Amino acid sequence: MYGEVAVDHFTNPRNVGVVDRADGVGQETNPACGDVTRISLRVRDGAISEIAFKTFGCSAAIASASMVTTLAHGQPAAQASRIAASDVITALGGLPAGKEGCASMAAGALRSALAAARAAPA
Amino acid sequence: MAAVYREVPGNPSSIHAEGRAARAAVDQGRERVAAAIGALPSEIVFTSGGTEADNLAVRGTVRALRQRGDHVVTTAIEHHAVIDTCDDLRSDGVAVTVVPVDGAGMVDPDDVRRAITPRTVLVSVMHANNEIGTIQPIEEIAAICREREVVFHSDAVQTVGALELDVREMPVDLLSINAHKFYGPKGVGALYVRDGTPFSPTQTGGGQERRRRAGTENVAGIVGMGAALMHAVEARAEEPARLRDLRGRLIDAVMAEIEDTILNGHGVRRLPNNASFCFRGVQGEALVVALDLAGIAASSGAACTTGSLEPSHVLQAIGLSRELAQGSLRLTLGRTTTADEVETVIRELPPIVARLRAVSAVA
Repeated sequence: MYGEVAVDHFTNPRNVGVVDRADGVGQETNPACGDVTRISLRVRDGAISEIAFKTFGCSAAIASASMVTTLAHGQPAAQASRIAASDVITALGGLPAGKEGCASMAAGALRSALAAARAAPA
Repeated sequence: MAAVYREVPGNPSSIHAEGRAARAAVDQGRERVAAAIGALPSEIVFTSGGTEADNLAVRGTVRALRQRGDHVVTTAIEHHAVIDTCDDLRSDGVAVTVVPVDGAGMVDPDDVRRAITPRTVLVSVMHANNEIGTIQPIEEIAAICREREVVFHSDAVQTVGALELDVREMPVDLLSINAHKFYGPKGVGALYVRDGTPFSPTQTGGGQERRRRAGTENVAGIVGMGAALMHAVEARAEEPARLRDLRGRLIDAVMAEIEDTILNGHGVRRLPNNASFCFRGVQGEALVVALDLAGIAASSGAACTTGSLEPSHVLQAIGLSRELAQGSLRLTLGRTTTADEVETVIRELPPIVARLRAVSAVA
């Protein structure tokens, strides 16, 4: 059902936690099932210097959040906000049919966090 | 069954020797199933499984008694094969009353009694629930239905072969039976129809099963079912106690070692092999996948595992919040379960829950 990379990001998720004094926090809920992902991050010199996530959700939701934070870490903020669900799925080596919403939730939470960081007073 | 496939190729309806051999095999299967529940062989209708038996029980009764009434009483925790069938009948003008259950998943016989009207033709209450294990007071409910002259059906898929059940000692009119629940093959089951119960077939054709369920008999399946049920009845002397011991050890350890855990279902009146939990802050599919990676097979009532967008209707019926229902885990033990395997689960589960709680946005 899940490939090696997805299993790895589920079993050993990267960037679990909450960023201290975050510049932006974003939360997204998957309306289909009630799963929730929250991403917090710090931006330094226009790039994501710290990022962390928490997810209440299925294995695909956790793997997606782990992967999206992995893809975003160190990226310029503008670039990171273009990370799409499909990028997450590709990086995971695919997700079972019906699990696309999990990747969308992860990408959405990242975009929310970045938007919050942009909106925050410097 | 392999022997049947190899050596009994005949159609039980044929009058030649090959056919008669197949007929004899089916008859023996029928006698074994009947004997296991105290029924007459003529009261056993073979089906393709428990779902078909449920469909047949509900649709067959409603159709046969349409002149008498158009009301069915059932419960909030029935299997989808009963609930969805009742829902489907609403579009035919059948009224359905769904009796609620309490926090332990138990039906109150008085609620059933109060729901019965002069137009009621069928009451359907399952013997035990597959998700949370609660065993219903069907002896009482059957007596109420007999008194009110309403046909009583019980989906006994979880209990036939596992618990004592004798139709001579309980006025149940229809019972659904499913072979793979007692280690028989998948794809075969039966409906017990008490002699004299009004009944209308749903599958018509060649007149098999005394014109109650057409279709060439699944000879190998029926032989497998009969043999499996016979073995299950023999094992019933000791197996329930063995399972209860193992299950008790599992439940005690899980409740002691993992905080914020709820045990679902009745504490005492539950199937001997069932342990159903909710773990606050974690999601069921993640639990199931993590356990699978550790070599343990389990299931969950979380949405996304139920094949729908809603968590299990059973967990909702016992009053769990959607979020808590998402964190459900069902572990069932069986004939091959060993004490070592139970210890493995006790060892593997707490770290998995802890890990998922550390990741959780709501823990």
